Amino acid sequence: MAKKLDKVDVVTVGVGWTGGIIAAELTKEGYKVVGLERGGDRGTEDFHMVHDEYRYAVRYGLMQDTSKETITFRNKRDEHALPMRQLGSFLLGEGVGGAGDHWNGHTWRFLPYDLEIKSETDKKYGKDKLSDDYTLQDWGITYDELEPYFYKFEQTTGISGEENPMGAPRKNDYPTGPMKSTPILDRFKKAAKNLNLHPIQMASANLSEAYENPDGETINACQYCGFCERFGCEYGAKSSPNITVLPTAKKTGNFELRPDSNVVEVLHNDGKATGVLYVDVQTGEEFEQPADVVILTSYVLNNTRLLLQSEIGKPYNPETGKGVIGKNYCYQIGGGATGFFENEKFNTFMGAGSLGATVDDYNGDNFDHKALDFIHGGSLSITQTGRRPIESNPVPKGTPSWGKDFKEQSLHYFNRSLSVGAQGASMPHRNNYLSLDENYKDAYGNPLLKLTYDFTEQDRNLHRYLSEKAGEILKEMGADHVDVREISEHYDIVPYQTTHNTGGVIMGADPETSAVNNYSQMWEVDNLFVVGASAFAHNGGYNPTGTVGALAYRAAEGIIKFLDEGGQLVQVSKNSQHV
Amino acid sequence: MAEESKGSKMSRRKFVKNSGYVAGGLIGGGLIGSVFGASFGGSGTKQPAAPTVKEEENFNQALMYFTRHADFNTLGAVTERIFPEDDNGPGALALGVPYFIDHQLAGAYGNNDKEYMQGPFRKGTPFQGYQSALKRHEIFMQGIRALEQESQNDYKESFIDLEGEQQDKILQKFENDEVKLKGVASSEFFKMLRASTLAGAYADPLYGGNDKMRGWKMKEYPGSQMSYTDKIEDESFIEMEPKALNDHL
Repeated sequence: MAKKLDKVDVVTVGVGWTGGIIAAELTKEGYKVVGLERGGDRGTEDFHMVHDEYRYAVRYGLMQDTSKETITFRNKRDEHALPMRQLGSFLLGEGVGGAGDHWNGHTWRFLPYDLEIKSETDKKYGKDKLSDDYTLQDWGITYDELEPYFYKFEQTTGISGEENPMGAPRKNDYPTGPMKSTPILDRFKKAAKNLNLHPIQMASANLSEAYENPDGETINACQYCGFCERFGCEYGAKSSPNITVLPTAKKTGNFELRPDSNVVEVLHNDGKATGVLYVDVQTGEEFEQPADVVILTSYVLNNTRLLLQSEIGKPYNPETGKGVIGKNYCYQIGGGATGFFENEKFNTFMGAGSLGATVDDYNGDNFDHKALDFIHGGSLSITQTGRRPIESNPVPKGTPSWGKDFKEQSLHYFNRSLSVGAQGASMPHRNNYLSLDENYKDAYGNPLLKLTYDFTEQDRNLHRYLSEKAGEILKEMGADHVDVREISEHYDIVPYQTTHNTGGVIMGADPETSAVNNYSQMWEVDNLFVVGASAFAHNGGYNPTGTVGALAYRAAEGIIKFLDEGGQLVQVSKNSQHV
Repeated sequence: MAEESKGSKMSRRKFVKNSGYVAGGLIGGGLIGSVFGASFGGSGTKQPAAPTVKEEENFNQALMYFTRHADFNTLGAVTERIFPEDDNGPGALALGVPYFIDHQLAGAYGNNDKEYMQGPFRKGTPFQGYQSALKRHEIFMQGIRALEQESQNDYKESFIDLEGEQQDKILQKFENDEVKLKGVASSEFFKMLRASTLAGAYADPLYGGNDKMRGWKMKEYPGSQMSYTDKIEDESFIEMEPKALNDHL
């Protein structure tokens, strides 16, 4: 039997960006918050040996232990889903700080078009631009409503950036100025301008200068050491929950962080969440943590899994299109191109996770889609993240993958090639969804989450378009040879693509087609909030964390309101936009 | 054992030829010496104690996982074909890659500590990834012995005694799934072999490969520098002595 603990005001499941933001905001208001994190505790002091590609980038030192828990996967509903036995396509986080420890720090605001994508697409291109199989929806909130929360996240994290003429409009400057530019980025910017595009320095959570945030936490200046992506920062110069919101929460004396605590069920009774059941992963003991408000702040996949496992909300049914939990799983479509330069060498090994330059001319609805066979688009960026020798072996297409020629070419091009990559938007499709697996279980005996996902025609068309544009930029940059990426025959769970998974517990204005309202509050359970990219009704053309941060600040405000007044925070709209 | 010892001596000559080593060249004493030297063959006679400690003796170069010299020699030969010595610099052998792989197979990597290994196991589509019930160390052991078997089948010679091009032909059969292994596709084994060879060439030298950071030097990669703040804006390509993690302690 589980040991029942004393009730607290709020319990969060997962302590990464969203759990950290909720904890900071609520504890500052005097509420008692317990943060349950399945992984271990960690922080800057753990990162002094972090410049180790093999340990962290190849062997996934900071990532989820799939021996305990993974997902199953299939491309299509008539296939047998099999476990993702090792990480590959995406790298799930684990431990205090979550993926907020090992992210690159690209921080964007989704476009106004994203939040009203269904209405805007219908208005401009007619209702038949995409077939009914694409379950496109508005998000139930406008950009103007969300703008202050974006800024709040940027202030907390000290984001370094500059004005973006093609991006979402800003009411305030970035808290810190852009990072240093480099010959690689300058080359991209010049080429983009020659092509009449609008390049900007990428907004970054690797800060251009030391910064104290409004909560009094200090983030240091980036050293451009080249170890951000898949690594933690030994300088405390990459904004993470561990150096911002978590110390803020701890300072109040109202926050209790409980690592090594894996939540297995949300307890509920008569439409009200009563707490959570969790396992101490070191002893195997079970505990019940009662709370007035339960907040799911784990990753997209576990937020969805916990609801399905706890039988909260209606599971999505791809046959009927009814139900919401598991619906609108989206990914990111990563087109791009690589340019090879015979006579120039670049310092590709230096850099920072978000040291980059971007054009948004082919993102959202910034360009006309009337003659195109897809909607939306993506940001195109060059990044100088710090090229690493084990996994970075750029060779022109047609080069063998091993042996003398491979060695020769991969050595030659390590510092003589540059890539431009897309963060392509991903539109929801009725056959792409999350459910519970019938055959495979995790280390605690609970069913794994099952992912059914494949690329769609929309994805293929978007990928081709963006990849060609990336190739044009590289040619203008002076590359002697350009290889344009092609999308694989089916989505493949093996090669790394992106850890920008979204959906499953989507927000909207209508309980029939969405799981949470625009405060991330469950329609069906007033005292249960589900926060994160699980709320995205589709995935936009940017890295998601800026938008995740904004939704988390919005949710924190909603939770405080709920603790004060109770009830549903949003009235159901009868005329909401959905198919 | 006596036969193996003889085979090893034979193979050293071939090895030197195949990998382009020049006799009397600058091969790090540890590696080739310990793979093919007389002490490795185990003649049964007691070796006289060395009068002086060898310069740069590398105690990391011993076996944690492999138990038979023949298997380890095959591994050495195959990694050298994947990442050969050339005008740019050392190949897998001189970089210590076989020791790197041996050590990895003995630990978390070889034992799939962080992989989901619960059944039922069944063959998936090519898009569903690795589905073998075997652990990596079992796949390596089986694969290494199958390489030798293929060599015997096709050429009636030991893998380590083949010409480089013959070795490549056998490797290509593995890469193209033309060899039948038990419980795993030969292409899966080949992928692991390739990936671990590159990892051994370029991982921090603390893991036993990338000998004296020579893998990094060839690639003009300066290892783990603490900061590039004062260099990141430079127009010119910057060459510098690499640093490894032992510099951070």
